[in-house]
Amino acid sequence: MSETPEQPDDASTGDDDEFQEYGFDTLAIHAGAAPDPTTGARTTPIYATASYVFDDVEHAASLYNLQTFGFIYSRLTNPTVSVLEERLAALEGGRGAVACGSGHASQLLTFSTLLTAGDEFVAARNLYGGSITQFSYVFNNFGWKCHFVDPTDPENFRKALTPKCKAIFCENLANPGGIIVDIEKVADIAHEAGIPLIVDNTIATPYLCNPFDWGADLITHSLTKYLCGHGNSLGGAVIESGKFDWAQNDKFPALNQPNESYHGMTFYETFGDFGFTMHARAVGLRDLGPTLSPFNAFLIITGIETLGLRMDRHIRNAQEVAEFLEIHPKVKWVSYAGLKSSEFYDLGQKYMPKGPGGLFTIGLKGGYEAGIKVVEACELCSHLANVGDTRTLILHPASTTHRQLTEEQQRASGSGPEVVRLSIGLETAADIIRDLDQALSAA
Amino acid sequence: MDHENYPESLLRQILKDTKTIAMVGSSDNWVRPSFFAMKYLQSKGYRVIPVNPKAVGKDILGEKVYASLKDVPEKIDMVDIFRNSDAAGVITDEAIEIGAPIVWMQLGVRNDEAAARAEAAGLTVIMDRCPKIEYGRLNAELGWSGINSGVISSKRFKKPGAPGRPGRFSSRRP
Repeated sequence: MSETPEQPDDASTGDDDEFQEYGFDTLAIHAGAAPDPTTGARTTPIYATASYVFDDVEHAASLYNLQTFGFIYSRLTNPTVSVLEERLAALEGGRGAVACGSGHASQLLTFSTLLTAGDEFVAARNLYGGSITQFSYVFNNFGWKCHFVDPTDPENFRKALTPKCKAIFCENLANPGGIIVDIEKVADIAHEAGIPLIVDNTIATPYLCNPFDWGADLITHSLTKYLCGHGNSLGGAVIESGKFDWAQNDKFPALNQPNESYHGMTFYETFGDFGFTMHARAVGLRDLGPTLSPFNAFLIITGIETLGLRMDRHIRNAQEVAEFLEIHPKVKWVSYAGLKSSEFYDLGQKYMPKGPGGLFTIGLKGGYEAGIKVVEACELCSHLANVGDTRTLILHPASTTHRQLTEEQQRASGSGPEVVRLSIGLETAADIIRDLDQALSAA
Repeated sequence: MDHENYPESLLRQILKDTKTIAMVGSSDNWVRPSFFAMKYLQSKGYRVIPVNPKAVGKDILGEKVYASLKDVPEKIDMVDIFRNSDAAGVITDEAIEIGAPIVWMQLGVRNDEAAARAEAAGLTVIMDRCPKIEYGRLNAELGWSGINSGVISSKRFKKPGAPGRPGRFSSRRP
């Protein structure tokens, strides 16, 4: 222990006194990162380490008790992953983030922090099919009951609330295509009930929409998609705004009551506006273990650096392809909020003025069979289950990802038998159009 | 002074100039937030003197507990208040009396009238912050837990956890 506190030689100079606002693209490249102290290496090193030495036993005890910041074991914290976490928090304008192995894992971490057995929550029914399955089955087995509602009328959330509900969940720009939820209104409804609004910002990304600005309290991501952007890594994250008052009622004992496994320490009291983040890490990651590998974190950090550039191109291409498909003889409808024909066009202008992303659905006149023929006839578009790659991706949910749902669930989530989903990539737009044109001729 | 957003340079200056902290409301219960803060600040080289009339004479982390600020024989650079907002008023007045230059109120502790009195007497007042969290935030450690530090730098920190000299600052107070 040193005699005097360690400080920089020159703590402050005049010119760095004033607050600086950094633009999105700068934060996407720099937030959370700094040159390596030991070597000066500029990019984020991949800390391929399971564990970290302690200075002495006191240091170890302090770390385990959360009395000091540092690294104990990569299940909870890792220096590569923490760069990603801080970057995500900065991009969303949030207080803190916890990264994990997948979008599904981020949902597990979020709900396990907020709910205990017997609790309930309300979710939009227009969700990625995997989320619907998770909420309907395994969460149900945990004793967390989900009420699904049509999110196009925010009042439906209010009508579905019960006294045991601890959260509302929705995707602001819903997978598979084109639906935008009026999250400002949903946030008000959640707050009147004393519960947080969780928004899955995967498809929009913080470049197009900042849900915290509209009242969301927690944001989840599948980093696998546009944030990583290159289809090479799975990842997930939950980010908190730091503005929700977890002590306003008795609904959140995990945050508001003494935690036995930390000797009676209360997370919200001790850590204040990053209490949720600390709990999701120090209890969620610790006890459930859905940790993100530092290798994946490195790839996702690198992908995020070009998020703004990529989203601009995704939107430009998507608009061109959507307009082409809208008038195609084999296509019955296109659900893309960038088209004036979309009932969500106005909401898109409000929440995502730069554009409503690169993902949309089309309905084929030839129905289920046509869907299968089109996806199998593509030569450039990749037939696979993913979203947000540099490559254009095409999928017929009803015969693949949403096959485990009933037809009623399929239609309710926007993936009926005639629906084909497109995640428009960064290829030359004319090439994407030509490939779809030839595939449609087979339909 | 704007007590919503504090300039980074002010916080850095306070953390640099401070050597001895009187922590009022200090608890000997090792699970309490004040114990966390005291331990952390000690590990960073600050002298932290606990003040708590309910624990007078006890030892917390190697320091003797005093009944009140006036009983502390050392020169105090910062009075760190771990009491509620009402109690913070009385403690601030005591801080003015003993000539401490800085009054720092913890998370959730705000007393605007007391702050005004202290500022009129020439003191610097920080409210609704924790010196442990601010030190960690400004020195990269808070980022290790995925927290948005609001700091952007292309400079190399001298060593992890010790402050380097970040070149510029981001405003986004999370």
